[in-house]
Amino acid sequence: MNFSLSRATLIAEADLVGIAGERAVCDRRGVLYFPDLRLLAVSDLHLEKGSSFAKRGALIPPYDTGATLLQLQAVIADYQPRIVVSLGDSFHDGGGAERMHASFRERLEAMMAGRDWFWVAGNHDPEAPADLPGETVRELAIGSLLFRHEPSKTRVEGEISGHLHPCARIVQRGRSVRRRCFAGDGGRMIMPAFGAYTGSLNVLDRAYAGLFRLETLVAYMLGADRIFAISGSMLRPG
Amino acid sequence: MPPRYLLRVTEQPRLAEQNAAVLLPEPFVNWFGEKGWSPRAHQLELLAKAQGGQSVLLIAPTGAGKTLAGFLPSLTELANRPKRKPGQAHRGIHTLYISPLKALAVDIERNLGKPVEEIGLPITIETRTGDTPSHKRQRQKLAPPDILLTTPEQLALLIASNDAKRFFEDLRYVVLDELHSLVTSKRGHLLALGLARLRAFVPGLQTIGLSATVAEPDELRRWLVAQNPPGEMAGLITVAGGAKPDISILDSRERVPWSGHSARYAIPEIYEAIKEHQTTLLFVNTRSQAELLFQELWRANEDSLPIALHHGSLDVGQRRRVEKAMADNALRAIVATSTLDLGIDWGDVDLVVHVGAPKGASRLAQRIGRANHRMDEPSKAILIPANRFEVLECRAALDANYLGAQDTPPLIKGALDVLSQHVLGVACGGPFDANLLFEEVRGAAPYAALERETFDRVIDFVATGGYALKNYERYARIRKNKDGLWRVSHPSVAQQYRLNVGTIVEMPELNIRYVRQGRGMAGRGGPVLGKIEEYFAETLRPGDNFLFAGKVLRFEGIRENECVVSNGAGANIIVPSYAGGKFPLSTYLAEQVRGMLADSDRWKLLPEQVADWLRIQQEKSVLPKRGDLLVETFPRGNRHYMVAYPFEGRLAHQTLGMLLTRRLERAHARPLGFVATDYSLAVWALDDMAALFRAKKPSLAALFDEDMLGDDLEDWLNESWMLKRTFRTCAVIAGLIEKRYPGQEKSGRQVTVSADLIYDVLRSHEPDHILLQATRTDASAGLLDVSRLGEMLSRVRGRIMHKHLDQISPLAVPVMLEIGKESVNGGANDTLLMEAADLVEEAMGGRA
Repeated sequence: MNFSLSRATLIAEADLVGIAGERAVCDRRGVLYFPDLRLLAVSDLHLEKGSSFAKRGALIPPYDTGATLLQLQAVIADYQPRIVVSLGDSFHDGGGAERMHASFRERLEAMMAGRDWFWVAGNHDPEAPADLPGETVRELAIGSLLFRHEPSKTRVEGEISGHLHPCARIVQRGRSVRRRCFAGDGGRMIMPAFGAYTGSLNVLDRAYAGLFRLETLVAYMLGADRIFAISGSMLRPG
Repeated sequence: MPPRYLLRVTEQPRLAEQNAAVLLPEPFVNWFGEKGWSPRAHQLELLAKAQGGQSVLLIAPTGAGKTLAGFLPSLTELANRPKRKPGQAHRGIHTLYISPLKALAVDIERNLGKPVEEIGLPITIETRTGDTPSHKRQRQKLAPPDILLTTPEQLALLIASNDAKRFFEDLRYVVLDELHSLVTSKRGHLLALGLARLRAFVPGLQTIGLSATVAEPDELRRWLVAQNPPGEMAGLITVAGGAKPDISILDSRERVPWSGHSARYAIPEIYEAIKEHQTTLLFVNTRSQAELLFQELWRANEDSLPIALHHGSLDVGQRRRVEKAMADNALRAIVATSTLDLGIDWGDVDLVVHVGAPKGASRLAQRIGRANHRMDEPSKAILIPANRFEVLECRAALDANYLGAQDTPPLIKGALDVLSQHVLGVACGGPFDANLLFEEVRGAAPYAALERETFDRVIDFVATGGYALKNYERYARIRKNKDGLWRVSHPSVAQQYRLNVGTIVEMPELNIRYVRQGRGMAGRGGPVLGKIEEYFAETLRPGDNFLFAGKVLRFEGIRENECVVSNGAGANIIVPSYAGGKFPLSTYLAEQVRGMLADSDRWKLLPEQVADWLRIQQEKSVLPKRGDLLVETFPRGNRHYMVAYPFEGRLAHQTLGMLLTRRLERAHARPLGFVATDYSLAVWALDDMAALFRAKKPSLAALFDEDMLGDDLEDWLNESWMLKRTFRTCAVIAGLIEKRYPGQEKSGRQVTVSADLIYDVLRSHEPDHILLQATRTDASAGLLDVSRLGEMLSRVRGRIMHKHLDQISPLAVPVMLEIGKESVNGGANDTLLMEAADLVEEAMGGRA
């Protein structure tokens, strides 16, 4: 397949981030793309989170699945990946895939067609999603990379994970800015949550204790038009 | 000495004495006689109207015996009621008293209990508030008191219980205290709906409203009675104010500053005044100002006078201690914010000092009314303007006060988020018919003009969220059954409703936990000093010092829902800012200030230094005529400035600034920022705006055209943090998202759905959703003040006066001094990120 025009213009050498020897683009929309592998990773879609809340009486707008899929469709159209890895918590709960509106299911299946699609099992969705194509795995090793939902306590070089929903916060001129972010130290990378209703947890929270080499920690904060790489020493808790 | 709500016999009209015998049962007449008192004319007039079956609005100043007047109809009726025979069923509530403050209910219980006991009336009086223990609540349900003192939220809860009808079936009167303050908020909407419900239970119900003086009494008179169909308004009784207050503006020996809000220059003079009086009440407009003033006063307090601080963020225990000390006359001065605005009885205050401009004539009158509860002695007050424009504003407020002018805000239409909450509450109380409920709701004054279509959308919202995508039918909270009645679909719905009732939504706050110095975040178990807004705490760095509760605190860190602090010190002390509590300048005062600027004869009344300032302005630039808008342009440094003087309040000016900069950007004037005060607005740009206006690219008139309130406003609104903040409030009130309770934070950000995310998704998928409509309406009236901006723009059309200058004018100095102090809020967050990223880049030489 040819390199599509959009893909070629999207990736500039300077934007590439090294993870255990592989090179990746941290896209400001919250996906990770490995051009050499033509692999796109996305984490914590939390599809059908809205209906999961509605089930318990909080009738929040039922548009999150649509919004999340639309965004995913856009990045897939831009990068045209050969492999897509959904890094777990793809659905907010075990019944999510069944509850999904037929139109959304069709949209999802359309973007899955013609690619290798991996559902990495997450804590919210340990089982394979009902009636959807794609392969469900506990973890996935490709080249020097290891994709799994939860970051492991022991250091694994090249591990790409999600689960924690990292965000980072800076204070500049007395004002505080908090954004979702990729958190990496050159060896491992934790991806931001992609779902429209997913909240986030500061990378300085104790849930991250011991996961990073602090001296090389960088938060790639998601901006409106680009990524902002902020070194760990600039970050604030909370 | 008689209690405050009664007056000694001084000049009782004879009429009152004659009527007294007719209207008052004998034990009451005897009791008045024993005390050497006599009922006052308005008390008897109210009694007469009420006995004639009318609802009544009583407008009276503090100290006029309003409370007793409000309860006389109930007390006399209860006194004549035959005793309940043994074995007879308990009777329901006879009188419901509703006040905006829990503390007020408690206060009334004490004040009313005394005459009831002395007259020997067989009447039970009880309070029911959020603090009432559950066993007492249950007992109240089984054996209701005759008079129940409560709050709007508690009324909503009572209505939502399945025995509400029986509980209220004997209800005769509802007494509504501090009505003027209740009706202007969403709490007022909730209360109005509750009243409509009570009227449905008991059609003959009478209401008695007690209020301070308001601009439009008829609005309140309608509010008190059913509006569907609108019948006769409630009867009106007005008690003229007592002696005119003695108000002065501080004519300082010091220089009055150009800008700022601290009034630090006047501290020695304020301190002198405190020393010369027995008890001084010092009012400020914001909690930050309260902290600053308190700090400065103690610095000046060589005699160690007992001076205390009182504001809404302090720990409740601390506030109660201050209130008690005040009542015991143990304090010489108290620095307070609006938490003390309402009618709680205080000790003998003989001086009110208002630091900063009062922002409204009625507000000033009510605050001054706090001093000296005796109606026949003049209250004494000193106004301390913090800057020069405030001198003008204080002067205007003072004149208005002598004229008796009122500028309480007009009532607004009932909010739909509140209606949603009420509909769910009604369903929790029992099945309802939508047609009947619609008619009932239209009986509540704020909802008198509600359309059926809107009402049906509210029902749909309560049932399934009201979305175009019908995905939640199976999760409906209320359902229409075969009998045509709506019912809650599950008992858990009622449980959820009870946890979320109410219309007061606080910004996320953290408790301030004090630990011993040197323990850092390891310290535990110290006292809680109060609350602080989360967004402020998040801008602090460990080691930063900030001012709170009159203490300098060192910020240690944030732990779950607590902000951990220890003793602080040092020179660089930050004063927390609080989102709430900033009142905009009232339209009336703004008009008066513009009038004063235009009329040099009135400058005689101003302090010399301020009059001088205006004279020099007239020399160097110009002063606008009363109905005109002055716009000055001048270069300074390598920037071009435009300063406009609409006097429409900070909120409207901020909105104007945001819209003007968008337009200037399109005109390629390259605007860089703006800053707004209550009086004026400054915009600065790289290009010469005066040249643009001359070339009509655009003309000044086109720049200020009302059409900016169309698309420009719409575009900006959608991105605005103010809209998100407003949405959160609406969503909580409407029951879409749950209130945040302390302790819940522990579950972590990643498992809850934030209102901001919901807002983004809803806005892009269903911009016409009823909750977004409610949000825009709220924001237009509230944080954005769009309606006021619109009125201003239409008023100044064809009356904009442009003055181009070579340099800054005297009138422009105050707003120019604000530049850099206040951040310009826009879409600039990414700029901050870029700065941070660049800093790293710079420091690391591109190796980060």
